[in-house]
Amino acid sequence: MDILDKVTRSDYKYGFYTKVDSDRAPKGLNEDIIRMISAKKQEPEWMLEWRLEAFEQWKKMTEPEWAHVKYKKPNYQDITYYSAPKKKKSLDSLDEVDPELLKTFEKLGISLDEQKRLSGVAVDVVVDSVSVKTTFRKKLAEMGIIFCSISDAIREYPEMVKKYIGTVVPRGDNFFAALNSAVFTDGSFCYIPKGVRCPMELSTYFRINEAGTGQFERTLLIADEGSYVSYLEGCTAPMRDENQLHAAVVELIALDNAEIKYSTVQNWYPGDKEGVGGVFNFVTKRGICERNAKISWTQVETGSAVTWKYPSCILKGDNSIGEFYSVAVTNNYQQADTGTKMIHLGRNTKSTIISKGICAGKSEGSYRGLVKIGPRAQNARNFSQCDSLLMGDACGSHTFPYIEIKNKSAKVEHEATTSKIGEDQLFYCNQRGIPTEEAIALIVNGYCKDVLNQLPMEFAVEAQKLLEVSLEGSVG
Amino acid sequence: MDQFKDKLLSSFIVFENQLNGQKNKPFHQLRRSAIDTFETKGFPTVRDEEWKYTNLKPLFKKDYNVFHSSEESLEFRDIRRYFLSESDTYKIVFINGFFASWLSSTTHQNYDVCTFSSALEKYQDIIDEYAGTIARNEDSLTALNTSFAREGAFIHIPDGKVVDRPIEIIFFTTDGDNNTFIQPRNLVVVGQNSQCNIVERHQSLGNQHTVSNCVTEVLAKKGAQVTYHKIQNDAPNASLIDSTTVKQEKDSTVTLHTFSFGGKLTRNNLEFDLVEPGAQANLYGISILNDYQLVDNHTVVNHISPHCESNELYKGIFDDHARGVFNGKVHVFPHAQKTNAFQENNNLLLTDTASIDTKPQLEIYADDVKCSHGCTIGQLDEDALFYLRQRGIPHKEAQALLMFAFTTDALRGLKIGELKNKLNRLIARKLSVNIDFDL
Repeated sequence: MDILDKVTRSDYKYGFYTKVDSDRAPKGLNEDIIRMISAKKQEPEWMLEWRLEAFEQWKKMTEPEWAHVKYKKPNYQDITYYSAPKKKKSLDSLDEVDPELLKTFEKLGISLDEQKRLSGVAVDVVVDSVSVKTTFRKKLAEMGIIFCSISDAIREYPEMVKKYIGTVVPRGDNFFAALNSAVFTDGSFCYIPKGVRCPMELSTYFRINEAGTGQFERTLLIADEGSYVSYLEGCTAPMRDENQLHAAVVELIALDNAEIKYSTVQNWYPGDKEGVGGVFNFVTKRGICERNAKISWTQVETGSAVTWKYPSCILKGDNSIGEFYSVAVTNNYQQADTGTKMIHLGRNTKSTIISKGICAGKSEGSYRGLVKIGPRAQNARNFSQCDSLLMGDACGSHTFPYIEIKNKSAKVEHEATTSKIGEDQLFYCNQRGIPTEEAIALIVNGYCKDVLNQLPMEFAVEAQKLLEVSLEGSVG
Repeated sequence: MDQFKDKLLSSFIVFENQLNGQKNKPFHQLRRSAIDTFETKGFPTVRDEEWKYTNLKPLFKKDYNVFHSSEESLEFRDIRRYFLSESDTYKIVFINGFFASWLSSTTHQNYDVCTFSSALEKYQDIIDEYAGTIARNEDSLTALNTSFAREGAFIHIPDGKVVDRPIEIIFFTTDGDNNTFIQPRNLVVVGQNSQCNIVERHQSLGNQHTVSNCVTEVLAKKGAQVTYHKIQNDAPNASLIDSTTVKQEKDSTVTLHTFSFGGKLTRNNLEFDLVEPGAQANLYGISILNDYQLVDNHTVVNHISPHCESNELYKGIFDDHARGVFNGKVHVFPHAQKTNAFQENNNLLLTDTASIDTKPQLEIYADDVKCSHGCTIGQLDEDALFYLRQRGIPHKEAQALLMFAFTTDALRGLKIGELKNKLNRLIARKLSVNIDFDL
């Protein structure tokens, strides 16, 4: 029991705060703030209109309560919607980035110096409300790949943004998506041209630094016909007593024969052992697949006080494929309500859902998923597997799958199990001289293998370590 | 819906005045608080998570008669086919909500198999102790039933008795000029180590629209064994909202079979509370639907105590425009360690216009448990079909054989021979083939 306790009781390594001069908007949310954000970003008129319309819609909406999570609703007038590290005019070279910020990222293990990167990963770094640096931009541009912050994209490629933004996640989709549409400050934009296979992993690193702010980022990723891209997303935040809000929207567009692989390692500050503080992670992620396209979501969720996240696929084109692989770890007082939606519209569409939940301490984890097969989706196929592992008798694990079938040729399977770590497995390891703690790490890693295998290599290693850390002290 | 709700609320005052002496009894206090619950909550709508896939609005937009006249012209030979047997069962028969003594065979020897109304008069202590304690009075439709509860079946088996014959409960509604709304209320109390088998049926004998809002409470005491069968093969205009709540004490076993073959809208709310260790709940369901029929099975198994077990198996076959809804929830309470809970829901879709919405849920607050659920939706195996046809079995019969085989898992364990035969015939008729399926 002690070991279990120890294993789940490790500290959050990324909880430091970096003092950088920042440029902040006053607290509160109204039209003036939205105008100010838009002006700061030098956005065209249509973008401002778009934001204001979203704001109008948001005002009419109420915060959803259906998720299996309990939290004190944030006061939306008590949040700073814009906060940016003060920066010099342009950021062409690394020297112009605030050295404090550079140090921050070194501490996080992310080097912004292109020379120093060992592996081919291009990074877009977002601190609070703005993107501070995008690496390898020029090199990617040679191949026609556009990888930049969304603010730059709105200025430089307005037609493309205008054409696709809000097409997958409409402004009025839900409360948090509407809020995001009104006030989103930055995020990444990526376009892969026809037939191009992106040579390196693209990645965005999100960090909330300032107190009292929320982060509202928006990611738009377009893979043109026959292209391929693998995209990574990571995030951390300082330790604070208050709950910070992170409401993001991610839209993926996979045109005919394109493939997008989107991986997330989410490690927002989860709050302390008593459940004080932590990030509220309310995210809307959705992708649309045209003919023969494929979208694959992989997520490792270890952070956040409250997670509310359902990366989804709309399988619109014939023969398109959607995949969802998830490991969600909750500890202490964390709550996670996560899952996916697979909406089959086209013929011969396939989807796979593998969800692994691990609950420890007094946390609660839920899988909530929807598999919908429309009347025109001939020969649609879905396989879902949702397993939960319980560590300790005070945690809760729940499964809420929704399956709606309107076509007779559909083949849908859903399976879920809930159990604890097998004592015989532990005994077997102990017998062979493996200490209980390591044995648990071993078993948990084996349990998550299906998902971890989907991650790009460097990430898989990181995720594996992260799993060990988040469960440290939770064996019981 | 509001109109009918208002009608029900004003009918309650009329109903109260009919009660005479019963008004001062404790059970009536329950009725009063229940009508308040119904008044505040009203009919559930699709905005309620529990009613997401089943819309009651078209049903309650119509007007129904709440008070009925008794019908005495019905004779046994006219309705013989709805019974399992002429003489080998106890029968509690109701017509339009009134007890039909000439069609029933009740008993007070060793155990009581009689009516809820006579229990209200004669067994005040049992009513006060159990009635309304098991059902979910916070549910608006259960509350509506409670507020008008007066008639239904009452079965009380004392400790250590085995009921020698199956008990049949049948609710008939007859053709009148108006649409009929009835609200039967049943109470089943099975004493320690006692056993009984119950078969329940709702049957409309006319073409008018009928809605039954039925509530059944079952208490299985220590070591009791209860098997409850619900046969739902009603007329195309008849709808049923059935709420059955079962409370199980130590080492008791309750098996509940639901056979849904007919009716316009059938909603089954089954809720099991396993309150003491060693209790075992088995839920089996078969739905074979066609036309515009809808069946909505909502089951909840509450594992409140450790060392309990629940098995759930639901099979559905949907043809034409039929719709199936399955919502199964297993709720394991904190400290209910060593729980075993299994749930399976398999469905066959035969046309593109039929649809299925299924939502198997697990809510688990204890760690040393084994819980699983599985759910599949598919079609008949083409290879198996080909195999049968190769051997000269016509397409329709081959299909029927495969479909019957698909359902047999949920038919196993039926103990009453007459019932088995009857179900085989019903299934054959439902699949429109002339095969004598033999279990």
